[in-house]
Amino acid sequence: MALVLTEEQSMLRDSARGLVSDKAPVSHLRHLRDSKDPTGFSKEFWHSFAEMGFAGLLVPEEFGGSGLGYVEAGIVMEEIGRTLMPSPFLATSVVAASALNRGGNAAQKSDYLPKIASGSLLATLAIDEGAKHRPLQTSLQAVRAGNGFKLSGAKALVVDGHVADLLIVAARTAGSAGERDGLTLFLVNPKAKGVAIERTIMVDAHNAARIELANVEVNADSVLGEVDQGAALLDGVLDIGRGAVAAEMVGLSEEVFGRTVEYLKNRKQFGKLIGEFQALQHRAAELYVDIEITRAATMKALQALDADVAKAASAVAVAKARAGTTATRAVQEGVQMHGGMGMTDQFDIGFFMKRARVCEELFGDANYHTEQLARARGY
Amino acid sequence: MSESKTSDTETADLEQFRNEMRAWLEANCPPEMRKPATSDADVFWGGRNAKFSSEPQRTWFERMRDKGWTVPDWPKEYGGGGLSAAEHKVLRAEMGRIGARPPLSSFGIWMLGPALLKYGNDAQKKEHLPKIAAGEIRWCQGYSEPNAGSDLASLQTRAESDGDDFVITGQKIWTSYANYADWIFCLVRTDPAAKKHDGISFILFDMTSKGVTTKPILLISGYSPFCETFFDGVRVPKSHVVGTVNRGWDVAKYLLQHERAMISGMGERGVGRPLGQIAADSVGTDALGRLDDAMLRGKIASFDVDEAALAACAERAVDLAKAGQAHPAFSSAMKYYGTELNKRRYEILMSAGGVDALEWESERSRQGARPRAWLRTKANSIEGGTTEVMLGIVAKRILNLPGA
Repeated sequence: MALVLTEEQSMLRDSARGLVSDKAPVSHLRHLRDSKDPTGFSKEFWHSFAEMGFAGLLVPEEFGGSGLGYVEAGIVMEEIGRTLMPSPFLATSVVAASALNRGGNAAQKSDYLPKIASGSLLATLAIDEGAKHRPLQTSLQAVRAGNGFKLSGAKALVVDGHVADLLIVAARTAGSAGERDGLTLFLVNPKAKGVAIERTIMVDAHNAARIELANVEVNADSVLGEVDQGAALLDGVLDIGRGAVAAEMVGLSEEVFGRTVEYLKNRKQFGKLIGEFQALQHRAAELYVDIEITRAATMKALQALDADVAKAASAVAVAKARAGTTATRAVQEGVQMHGGMGMTDQFDIGFFMKRARVCEELFGDANYHTEQLARARGY
Repeated sequence: MSESKTSDTETADLEQFRNEMRAWLEANCPPEMRKPATSDADVFWGGRNAKFSSEPQRTWFERMRDKGWTVPDWPKEYGGGGLSAAEHKVLRAEMGRIGARPPLSSFGIWMLGPALLKYGNDAQKKEHLPKIAAGEIRWCQGYSEPNAGSDLASLQTRAESDGDDFVITGQKIWTSYANYADWIFCLVRTDPAAKKHDGISFILFDMTSKGVTTKPILLISGYSPFCETFFDGVRVPKSHVVGTVNRGWDVAKYLLQHERAMISGMGERGVGRPLGQIAADSVGTDALGRLDDAMLRGKIASFDVDEAALAACAERAVDLAKAGQAHPAFSSAMKYYGTELNKRRYEILMSAGGVDALEWESERSRQGARPRAWLRTKANSIEGGTTEVMLGIVAKRILNLPGA
């Protein structure tokens, strides 16, 4: 498949860009932050997103969605990355929708997917426990109790965890931390007894929570996929999330780079435009090439996910690793080349730096994914 | 393919083409030609004095030539395969899948051919392209001069008009394999009074012409892939000018885009054993079976990430060109990154090889193949435009940053 957008995909990009840049430019994020908005995103805008068919983009048509693919999801993520719009799209429409669609039984799918598509249900995956993303280290315990399970443990960096109507919790039903066998995914009602949710205000002013579960009772119908055999489902869902975050980082990188190049063409020092200085020209050129290469690697990964999620792991690792190093470089150069202005809160560049840092940790950083590639290649 | 076809039938046609291609390659590519080239003798360059280093090399070349697949996307009338961009991509992918070597390596294919297809007249195309496709004539490139390196357009080799001929006098340097080449495509100054980009012509001539001499230059690798090339009153018919007299810079730049694309693709990308496993062979592994040098392992893994990402970008560059969305200067971006990456590969290979990679003259080391290749890669970011020149082109032509 060609690594360029089709006509339909270009149209999708244009409509997503129009909507996001019109209704949710960076000033939208700034307003949510400064007004200490209790939800941290615009519910009204989320509904127009749903009306456009974006909330159910990955949901099959039989459940009221658009039935599109991961390349299309990446297109929307990229536009979200350009304006840093806080949106349930990643947690609900990409990660949770994929988990339900790939792992859910008929009842689970028909219970939740139509509500995701209509924008009326927010859902999220609760995976990380320690400081770093280590899915196999999951130790949140699920012990059998009667017809169901009791869940106890803690999760961090649960995206949109403070507003979610449904938690998808990775838990250990057997084995010990580090083992592949013994992982199970559960659908948990955040209002269930024993669930404590603490909204965490993050550096990037996006939405996340810490969640504690103390003997939370769930019935057997709450298992998503198979008991003890959740690792494969989790791998696929996480890879889909990684591809989406990589796409967000491509959009973020390109936007911050575009703003920086504009600055180089307008700022004068020593009687010259600073963009005339070769020291800055070469760094800008290197960054441009980095972004182009990362864009291609990300498209490759999203296409690989569309072809077969189970075989996309290496392409996704390459994309997420590259997206991490490229976005980090882009925001650092963005602040440095904007000089003192880049350090001010009044200027938008800092928002990009903060979001890039969170995206880097989401679903594994560049070191994590570089390590995964080394293991996959047997050295 | 007709435009009325739906993309579904196009995809089906392409899949059928892939299956046929796979079967043909399986039946026709000798097993010996499915391994990476490890020495100069493994590469077939063609030319009047060409010799095959083995029978499989001959067989493979002749079979591919007869299909037109030494130049798969050139028109059939010039000895090409007449493949569409999509079919060409499939052929490359299928050759890559079995690790098939290119049957013919040639500056005629990579550089002159594309320039002739765009700027050559009918007579020139009919004369030269089929001989390039068939590997009959080996070409060299007369671009750089002792005082015109990065600043190529300041070249001084002059061509003076004399009736129907130009008489060429001057010196070129870094002429790759000039001592083996049959013909040269050469930049000469035909109007010394004009501004430096405006008085240059692109001309072709036979290296056996009277007045041409070559002198190999010994490099740090111990090899002499480059020559000094001297022209002392070489007489060349004016009909050998490609494009318009004094507009040779247009041809030169177009050809450079192809040269840069070629150099960015150097290095045995994704072929053979993973670099990390090659390193593990010499360095050893720890109790978990991992390369027993954590820092080196990290460098290799980062290299692998970047290499895979660059491969995707190279693929995308072809797709963008096909879709008419490519920036003409993008080959400079690829040239910069590809050559820096290839230098990284060889720094890693030297580090991984340790003491064993230091032998210069022994059977064991195949006459120092690895250190010599390592030193050779240092030229990658100089030849065809330095990394610094490439970054300058990206800054000015793609990013439109100010300044001359």
